[in-house]
Amino acid sequence: MKKFLLSLSTWVLAILFFFPVFWMFLNSFKTDFDASTDPKLFFSPTLEQFREVIDSKFWEAFASSFFIVIVSTIIVMLLAVPAAYALSIKPIPKWRDMLFFFISTKFLPIVAGILPIYILADALSLLNSRTVLIILYTAMNLPLAVWMLNSFFREVPKELIEAARIDGASIRSQITSVILPIVAPGLAATALLCFIFAWNEFFFALQLNVNDYQTVPIWVKGAVDERGNFIAELSAASTLATMPVIIAGWFAQKKMIRGLSMGAIK
Amino acid sequence: MAEVEYRSVSRTFPGSEIPAVSNLNLKIESGELLVLVGPSGSGKSTALRILAGLEPQDEGSIHIDDKDVSEFQPQARDIAMVFQNYALYPQMTVAANMGFALKQKKIPKAEREKRVLEAAKILDLVPYLDRKPKNLSGGQRQRVAMGRAIVREPKVFLMDEPLSNLDAKLRVQTRAELSELQERLKVTTVYVTHDQVEAMTMGDRVAVLDHGVLQQVDKPSVLYSKPSNKFVAGFIGSPAMNFFDVTKTDNAQLMFKGSEISLKDELQNKIKKSKTSNLSLGVRPEHLKISDNGIAGKVRLIEALGSESYIHVSVDDAKSIIIRVEGNATVKQGELVNVSFGDTLHVFNEDGSRV
Repeated sequence: MKKFLLSLSTWVLAILFFFPVFWMFLNSFKTDFDASTDPKLFFSPTLEQFREVIDSKFWEAFASSFFIVIVSTIIVMLLAVPAAYALSIKPIPKWRDMLFFFISTKFLPIVAGILPIYILADALSLLNSRTVLIILYTAMNLPLAVWMLNSFFREVPKELIEAARIDGASIRSQITSVILPIVAPGLAATALLCFIFAWNEFFFALQLNVNDYQTVPIWVKGAVDERGNFIAELSAASTLATMPVIIAGWFAQKKMIRGLSMGAIK
Repeated sequence: MAEVEYRSVSRTFPGSEIPAVSNLNLKIESGELLVLVGPSGSGKSTALRILAGLEPQDEGSIHIDDKDVSEFQPQARDIAMVFQNYALYPQMTVAANMGFALKQKKIPKAEREKRVLEAAKILDLVPYLDRKPKNLSGGQRQRVAMGRAIVREPKVFLMDEPLSNLDAKLRVQTRAELSELQERLKVTTVYVTHDQVEAMTMGDRVAVLDHGVLQQVDKPSVLYSKPSNKFVAGFIGSPAMNFFDVTKTDNAQLMFKGSEISLKDELQNKIKKSKTSNLSLGVRPEHLKISDNGIAGKVRLIEALGSESYIHVSVDDAKSIIIRVEGNATVKQGELVNVSFGDTLHVFNEDGSRV
């Protein structure tokens, strides 16, 4: 009986959390009329919203976002792996302080930092470029990646590294042949989280890329008239905006769950 | 085939006052299997890891084949190690595990495969070459760990309690196989264990460590019959040696609870020279007898193993001794008996040193 209740409450919670997304998805296939009137579960689906919303601006925004997010995530992973190694496998003397320093960079609300960042970007002629967002997203995700990878690396049994050392493996070989295969789920989870955070980032994209290289979140905002509640159109835009992340998450979900719980249980 | 030498090696872990290894001087002959044995915390694993290069030494030096390797990284020392938990690479097959070190040395694939196959044949691992460690039993994993070491044809094998994770029966079997293998390959081996039975059966020589200090190193039989101090006497041998608090009388006899113990002349002469009069008399369980006269006691417990029995006798309220007899015991629990001493007696000073 207890199991049944537990199951039931889990399902209820899951549906509750998923419902808004599901509703948005549903609405994107409705006509404006259907979407604005009484909530309907059954309707005749149409793709007209998508047709309305997808124009060249969408593809531009998608390409920008994709490029920026992929590049920044790759840079983050390339930097975070050696950093995590230096904090976990062969810890530097003040590794705890280092870790705290990394996470402390996230204490500052970005609203407080936008002015100096804007001025700096302007001075470096980086406004309205993909570069400035790549730099900022890398800086934004790096602390998270280092923290996560650090806890995953610590999961690797010390003896395995020692065995690799005795077997003659260089540090690079230790990482690629022994450590990375073991923490692969953790790597996937970290990369996915970085992807999600960068993809959804709105504030910097809004402030720093006014004209060119708009990212998808900005496009969603601009794709819909402010005059009315064009819910269906907005839903279609939002669905398109979230699709990449949902698809990536779907493929990586097993690894992600494994990765997220990896650091938890010793 | 290489000589290994520890020269005055010491190591204290940062944050600790007591040295883990203290002034260790130990020479291991080429082709020998030397066992480092001692209780938990005795420093044996630390000493092994210092030899491997996984742990730095604070003082002293390590020499392999007369070359000072103290500053060398593990990969440069030409050693192979078998860990207690085997430390097999989980994502690789058995063959890849065994060939990993060769791959690091950039040895060509054909040669690598040949050597892996040879080692696999020796260890009966050929049917498992394509399996991953998670699909192997404990005993098989242990053999893969051995195979990984053998394939490298190193100067020295280091083994850190390789049998502790096996069940008792498998341990006995593997012990014998390991001994035979080492005889065959004639590679200098340093073997760490806390199990003194393993030490006694496998070692060409055994080095006993206590709190980081080397107590005695010699052939197992010598450690057994001539322990150099009370610690070695009590550690080697199972069941452990019985110790009696005795006092030396003016005429160089030993008194235990008011009764005198007869000694051979040789021992009497040694006792005359002892430093104090409070001594410890050590007698192994097989050198005590239930007889008509001797120390009074009461049988507390009998452990019958079939081939032999251990009789626990309490000789006063706090103290209990163990007597070993062949076959079954002729006395019963609760019986009042007398215990007499055989001829083989060990006497130790208050500081533990042998008289």
